[in-house]
Amino acid sequence: MLEIKNLHAKLEEEDKVILKGVDLTVGAGEVHAIMGPNGSGKSTLSYVLSGRDGYEVTEGSAVLSGHDVLEMEPEERAAAGLFLAFQYPVEIPGVGNMTFLRTAMNAQRKVREEEEISARDFLKLIRIKADKLSIDADMLKRPVNVGFSGGEKKRNEILQMAILEPRMCILDETDSGLDVDAMKLVAAGVNALRDDGRGFLVITHYQRLLNHLVPDVVHIMVDGRIVRVGGKELALEVEENGYSGILEGVS
Amino acid sequence: MDARERVLALGLPGRRDEYWKYTRPESLTDPEVARAAVLVPYEATLFDSVDRLRIVFIDGVFAPDLSDDLSLSGVHVERLCEVSRMDIHWASELYGVLEARSHSPIARPLAALNTAYATDGVMIHVTEKATKPVNLMYLHRSETSDAILHHCVKLEEGADLTLLETGPAAARFNKSMEIDIADGAAFHHVRAQGRDHERRAMTHTFARLGRESVFKSFTVTVNGVLTRNECVVELVGPDAVAHVAGAVVGDGEFHHDDTVLVTHDAAGCRSRQVFKKVLRNGATGVFQGKILVRPGAQKTDGYQISQSLLLDDDAQFYAKPELEIYADDVQCSHGSTSGAIDEEALYYLRSRGIPRTEAQDMLVLAFLAEAIDEIEDGALARDIVAAVEAWLGRRRG
Repeated sequence: MLEIKNLHAKLEEEDKVILKGVDLTVGAGEVHAIMGPNGSGKSTLSYVLSGRDGYEVTEGSAVLSGHDVLEMEPEERAAAGLFLAFQYPVEIPGVGNMTFLRTAMNAQRKVREEEEISARDFLKLIRIKADKLSIDADMLKRPVNVGFSGGEKKRNEILQMAILEPRMCILDETDSGLDVDAMKLVAAGVNALRDDGRGFLVITHYQRLLNHLVPDVVHIMVDGRIVRVGGKELALEVEENGYSGILEGVS
Repeated sequence: MDARERVLALGLPGRRDEYWKYTRPESLTDPEVARAAVLVPYEATLFDSVDRLRIVFIDGVFAPDLSDDLSLSGVHVERLCEVSRMDIHWASELYGVLEARSHSPIARPLAALNTAYATDGVMIHVTEKATKPVNLMYLHRSETSDAILHHCVKLEEGADLTLLETGPAAARFNKSMEIDIADGAAFHHVRAQGRDHERRAMTHTFARLGRESVFKSFTVTVNGVLTRNECVVELVGPDAVAHVAGAVVGDGEFHHDDTVLVTHDAAGCRSRQVFKKVLRNGATGVFQGKILVRPGAQKTDGYQISQSLLLDDDAQFYAKPELEIYADDVQCSHGSTSGAIDEEALYYLRSRGIPRTEAQDMLVLAFLAEAIDEIEDGALARDIVAAVEAWLGRRRG
């Protein structure tokens, strides 16, 4: 589904290379976790995959179900089924959350040559999905992420994911800033989306999210490269020994 | 001194005048009118869903055939050119009166010119709450029309009127409106300056507010090579409320100037100025807004914000916010900003599948929302949003 090969990327404005040859493949129906210390390039990988400005890919490729995503505009990547749940969801004053979601949904449908969803059907759909994530009507009416608590912002990301039904979901530290209850809610939201046709790439610092969102594969990323790959037990090893312990094992 | 004498005494505006520093007045005063193509022969879509009394002007001349029957309960409408004895008419205390008072500290010769040479207009006398809005519709049919209109609106105690103005009006349009709002009366004004690209307009809105009265004026402008909207508000009765707002989207050869003076001359009044301009591709925006608090106008609450969103490096915005305060127990604030589109927000919207141009338009509308929110009537506000959306959509192609 998502195949990343030898991906190198640097900051556009300076010669700082951040990704130094990432290899990673997520198959349909799989949940992969990427763990790693601060500054290892985890978030950069998510930005490069989603098409954020400011990064230059110098080598390598990323293919999503046959699409060369690195050649596409961010909106084209989204329409091809890529979704990034932001670590820091952006506040957009003046744009209503509902309007935003409906516009996004219809924009993607248009690209796929599907019919627009009617206002009524959309309302029905969003009510059901929002309810599962304990998102109330007020949050839907407010401007995108404005005045939302940290937990509300993260739940709003998962709501977008549930509405847009992407093929490949990347979660960038979705657990950061969440209390245990909020994390369980978010994990339940993600688990509800798990199916045979969908892949997940979960970026996290800590093992605790992975208790609720059990990965098939765990990758350890250090200094712009994947240095170890293992099963879910690898996350426990990190928790016990820290990244330094893992690094010793590698070197 | 009558208006013609005022024109002679004041002289025409020139580049040396402080208040014409950012806007060239020549094409507004030149004997020759610059040609303006007529793009939309009959613009009738805006506010079509609103039950309203339509008063239509074609190139500045009243068109009875296109207008509704001018009878409306509590509202009396007369044409300026049909008022035979202005000296004994109620409007004699209003016509040219607010204009004449407005030349200090800033001379407004084009307003005096308007008073002296206006050929048409309406005198609207409102004695109670009007049951529906009055819409002055300005159609533009001649490429070289040069129209001067002068309206007077007098609202008696407790009266209430919503006045809509729509359409490009003429190749060159000089329009004044003087509004006298008695105690406890309310005047709502929503204006959309027409779509023709090449038109020029110079407008003055003068308002005098009595005790606990309300004046709310909103203007949207998306076209016109040159537009200067001056608004002069005097709060003379205590506890009155005045809001003046504008939303502007300019592209290419487009120059838009809002020049506003709000004078607090009574205690406990509140005023707001909210102006938003989105500019690109060489378009220029100007804001000159002043709050003047006279001695004795204690407990004044004055607010002013002027912001521009510059979509590229060619767009320009000049802002001159001013506060002049002679009372010691007042609260006044002003702010002015100029900025580019929020790239983070743009990326966020695009990452959800919304194409760049559409995402940018969403952010443009969001930016304008604070000004459009000044319109109290939800249905009118929605029509304005739809008009701006449609305009953005046409630009997108």
